[in-house]
Amino acid sequence: MDKQSILLISHGHFDSDFLEKIARDVGLQFHLDVQLEESHMDLSDFYYSDRRQYDGNSLLKEIDSLAYAQSIKKVGLFRVDLFIPILTYIFGQAILEGNSGIASLYRLRNEQYGMKKDEKLLLNRFAKIIIHELGHTFGLIHCHIPVCVMRSSTYVEDIDQKGKDFCTPCRAKLDLD
Amino acid sequence: MAENISILVVDDEESVRDSLYNWFIEDGYQVDCAENAKQALSVLESKNFDIILADIKMPGMDGLEMHRRIKSLNKESIVIIMTAFASVSTAVQALKDGAYDYITKPFDPDDLSHLIRNAANQISLVAENEALRNKVVTLENVEDLIGTSEAMMKVLKEVEQVAQSNSPIIISGESGTGKELIARAIHYNSQRKFFPLVSVHCGALTESLLESELFGHEKGAFTGAMFNRKGRFEMADGGTIFLDEIATISSKMQVELLRVLETKTFVRVGGNKEISSDFRIICATNRDLLKMVKNGTFREDLYYRLNVVNITIPPLRDRIEDIPLLVNYFIEKYCTSMSRNIISIHQAALKRLEKYDFPGNVRELENMIERAIVVGNENEIRLKDLPLEKDIMSNTSESLDDLEKKFIQQILNKYDWNISRSAKALNVDRVTLYNKIKKYSLKQSK
Repeated sequence: MDKQSILLISHGHFDSDFLEKIARDVGLQFHLDVQLEESHMDLSDFYYSDRRQYDGNSLLKEIDSLAYAQSIKKVGLFRVDLFIPILTYIFGQAILEGNSGIASLYRLRNEQYGMKKDEKLLLNRFAKIIIHELGHTFGLIHCHIPVCVMRSSTYVEDIDQKGKDFCTPCRAKLDLD
Repeated sequence: MAENISILVVDDEESVRDSLYNWFIEDGYQVDCAENAKQALSVLESKNFDIILADIKMPGMDGLEMHRRIKSLNKESIVIIMTAFASVSTAVQALKDGAYDYITKPFDPDDLSHLIRNAANQISLVAENEALRNKVVTLENVEDLIGTSEAMMKVLKEVEQVAQSNSPIIISGESGTGKELIARAIHYNSQRKFFPLVSVHCGALTESLLESELFGHEKGAFTGAMFNRKGRFEMADGGTIFLDEIATISSKMQVELLRVLETKTFVRVGGNKEISSDFRIICATNRDLLKMVKNGTFREDLYYRLNVVNITIPPLRDRIEDIPLLVNYFIEKYCTSMSRNIISIHQAALKRLEKYDFPGNVRELENMIERAIVVGNENEIRLKDLPLEKDIMSNTSESLDDLEKKFIQQILNKYDWNISRSAKALNVDRVTLYNKIKKYSLKQSK
């Protein structure tokens, strides 16, 4: 069987240093090789002008349809605002026990909330979302432990409350072999 | 809890069913979907669901009719109606018919989570309460609270006694005594431990920032507020809010806080929707709140509302027998974090620490040990590694008068300008101290 690895596929301009730090954080949590790739996919097909947002379900399907080995977990990284039909917005989503996830930076910026720009905080938030969504692809569900990265977060403040790490029970459930 | 709750999603739109299915599965619920009322009723004949989430507008039998039929099958089932903006009036009809709640599409993720969580809570509340009541009460997560002195044991006993209640607590103590650690110990030993402990350092925020921080704000509440922001009270729902340096909040905030404590509801800045939150409040201060009440700088009604339980942490100089334990604890902590072998402390250095006054309390001791480990090169901490005498000696540019003035000012500030106690600490009589105050034109800072 091929060795498992993670692929982060960025859409839109991300600073390379920022992405490398994210990849390092993700790699530390999963102890897996993390690769970065740039995508130039046209996102206009996923744009809903009435909501002025991008369809998260279709984007997730698109990421999942990319032809990569089954051993590779893929996460699409976006700068745009994502939604799913039933919810006003999402930070990210993934296929439970699948191979794909998506994560958006859009609502994680402090400036969106009238606060001072904070790149370090932004990086931490984004890393937590990506690790959380990857956790779902490894079969983890939401965790009730406040500091566990698998805790459900519907507001940025919830993301700040939790850590980047998995709690002991969630880590035990992560089957990386 | 979520693993035991089953949800049936009934909606004719596939994208809605898929979205909700994925959302609930990630939360650990057992989820099934039906694409119309007929299929839903057929599923319900063979299987019970705790929560049924149904769209109001569906081809064939609509959600309202389906709801009535479900209720006739099982009165206990919780039905939540989903509706678009245009059909709010029909949703109201559903509520009159006994629906648990309704939600307007598209939902705010937080609203959906809250709604389902509340419904799930209702289902499991009785069993959960029973389980929690039977939980053995022993202190957990108090590894950072070091000390076997009588004074510290008394504090730990108080923590154990109050942890299980929901009463507000004021933790008093000088700066650096570990008030936040006590708050943590209370939270993690309470029935609220699975919910957040949210800390706010009131002293670090201006009045308007503190207001937005505590209550949150709505999109557009002020320039730059592009999205809604949750406040700390809202985040502490189910858990504990810890307000440090409570004595520093303005009189306006005191009024606001009193109102929130009385009603457990609040409104986000720029909003008009009343939000309720179930939190326990723990406050900390290094000031004498009762004295502030007498001065008129702290509201009496708020003081009594907060001061249901008072835990006072003794300063380190009043529990010197804990110093060796604390020193060893910090040595182990920092040597481990710096990946170094555990070192020891020379007896002379330990004796000197035991004689030191520690105005900065445990925090000062911790910093001293960390510094000593960093600057020292040996296998033990020696007197020369500790910044005690050395720092005084290093002020060689200052005259004896300057040093005396500075020292007297420090002692006066420490004892809140109590002349008798300051004179005693300086080992001089009161008249001498008055003369020195006059000589150096010392003044009490406001």
